[in-house]
Amino acid sequence: MQKIRKKLHWLDFLILGCVIAFFTYVFVQMSGNLNYHWRWEKIPNYIFKYHNGRQEWFANLLLQGLIITVRVSIYATILALILGVVLGIARCSRNLVIRMLARTYLEFLRNIPPLVVIFIFYFFLAEQIIQAMNIESWSYKIAKMENNQIWEFFCGDMRRFPSLISGVIVLALFESAFVGEIVRAGIQSVDRGQGEAARSVGMSSFQEMRYIILPQAMKKIMPPMANQFITLIKDSSIISLISVQELTYKTAELVSSTHMIFEAWLTTAAFYFVICFGLSLLFTKLEGSK
Amino acid sequence: MSNTLPIIKFESVDKFYGNFQALKDITISVNAGERMVICGPSGSGKSTLIRCINGLENHNAGKLTVDGIEVFEGSKDIIRLRQEIGMVFQQFNLFPHLTVLENLTIGPIKVRKIPKSEAEIMARKYLERVHIPEQAEKYPAELSGGQQQRVAIARSLCMESKILLFDEPTSALDPEMINEVLDVMVELADTGMTMVCVTHEMGFARKVADTMVFMDEGKIIEVAPPEKFFSNPDSDRCREFLEQILEH
Ligand SMILES: Nc1ncnc2c1ncn2[C@@H]1O[C@H](COP(=O)(O)OP(=O)(O)OP(=O)(O)O)[C@@H](O)[C@H]1O
Ligand SMILES: [Mg+2]
Repeated sequence: MQKIRKKLHWLDFLILGCVIAFFTYVFVQMSGNLNYHWRWEKIPNYIFKYHNGRQEWFANLLLQGLIITVRVSIYATILALILGVVLGIARCSRNLVIRMLARTYLEFLRNIPPLVVIFIFYFFLAEQIIQAMNIESWSYKIAKMENNQIWEFFCGDMRRFPSLISGVIVLALFESAFVGEIVRAGIQSVDRGQGEAARSVGMSSFQEMRYIILPQAMKKIMPPMANQFITLIKDSSIISLISVQELTYKTAELVSSTHMIFEAWLTTAAFYFVICFGLSLLFTKLEGSK
Repeated sequence: MSNTLPIIKFESVDKFYGNFQALKDITISVNAGERMVICGPSGSGKSTLIRCINGLENHNAGKLTVDGIEVFEGSKDIIRLRQEIGMVFQQFNLFPHLTVLENLTIGPIKVRKIPKSEAEIMARKYLERVHIPEQAEKYPAELSGGQQQRVAIARSLCMESKILLFDEPTSALDPEMINEVLDVMVELADTGMTMVCVTHEMGFARKVADTMVFMDEGKIIEVAPPEKFFSNPDSDRCREFLEQILEH
């Protein structure tokens, strides 16, 4: 094994120098040629803002977007987990038709660009579900209610509830295929003899899955699932295209009204980075402590 | 044997894996309380035969009846039937995420809906029977191979089934552990349980078997009581096989 060097070689300095030079060049280009005015001092106001009338701080555009991103990600993960487990089990089913349906769904998602998939899910499924279940009028009713704090806490502004729901559905459907593959790999990592032993004590297929296979598959499933959760947070920016007002959408809105292109996008990038990298560190630590 | 009702009955059973025929025209029956030992060279279809009995494999032709119920692919009765059939595997197949006690009780609790406390009393009784009552709270990985296999035997006893199937229960064990498992099996044989056992432990076979069966290439070649089987088998294939394994 080669020893990992802790000290920097002169070549490393050369590489670092090149990187710094490149960024300096970009920066000079921007301020010189584009005549760009940096207005970093305005950014905090778009995160938190003081409301003079009500005399209180409130979350402005970027933080609003971030909150919705977190909400959508959490709900979509839960839904994707449920769908993914069903899909994973279907992929291992003894029934050929069920196996083929699950496979088709996976291949569909693998071989069509995410953007196209998102629009298809949105127009063909999410919209239809929302209409069929009459979610729109129902959520407006709740929005008008007096004691709707609990709803507001979990779902935000109830008038935007339909958009939240379609965001969650679309994102969850999109991720479920990959969750399903993780679950399938987990299930298939469990020794065949386990299922045989379960059946030989008289368990049904469901009991076999529930008490014997899944608990053992969990160990294999957890680490990649944690990664998938992080991926999902990143992927959630894509649902800005179906007008879910999450972080990316709000940033675009901010940019178009204030023209603080670089500040806004860099701030948003930092938000995503901190959350995703933080979670990644956390998961690595949790895994190590087991 | 006073009781001569067949509890397991194969009638012209064939089994295919794709194009490969693993069982060829198997006709044999096992009476209630009978102890049958099956032997034969590797790949002769012994496991396949025994796994058909509780529907882990499905035969493709012929008729198989167990405890008066016909076994076939997709049968609704198979889950009920499996509660009457205990199975012990070569690789033990204990549930590694459960303690020994939970391994024994999960079947009775989830399948037969017996209250937990009652199931645990029963489980401890059977752990006593296989001589490891003190290991109840451990996990399978903490036990030796011989102990694990005895737990597996106790697990199949916990279903209080009528029939016990053994598929080479000692061949994954270190030699010094084989006897502790065989001893337990001999004790079980003395209780009058119906047993079908695939094994090459001929000492054990001589001691407990009512009927010896020799299989080769998917066919049953020889069926005989042990006295005749070991001293004067009809077929040459069987004699050759016995000479080979009894040498060691
Ligand atoms: N799932 C399967 N798919 C395809 N072929 C199989 C399968 N299981 C068994 N076979 C084949 O069927 C034949 C009989 O297998 P079986 O396991 O019943 O033999 P066995 O007598 O138990 O052998 P051993 O002493 O090695 O356990 C073998 O040739 C084997 O290769
Ligand atoms: Mg075998």
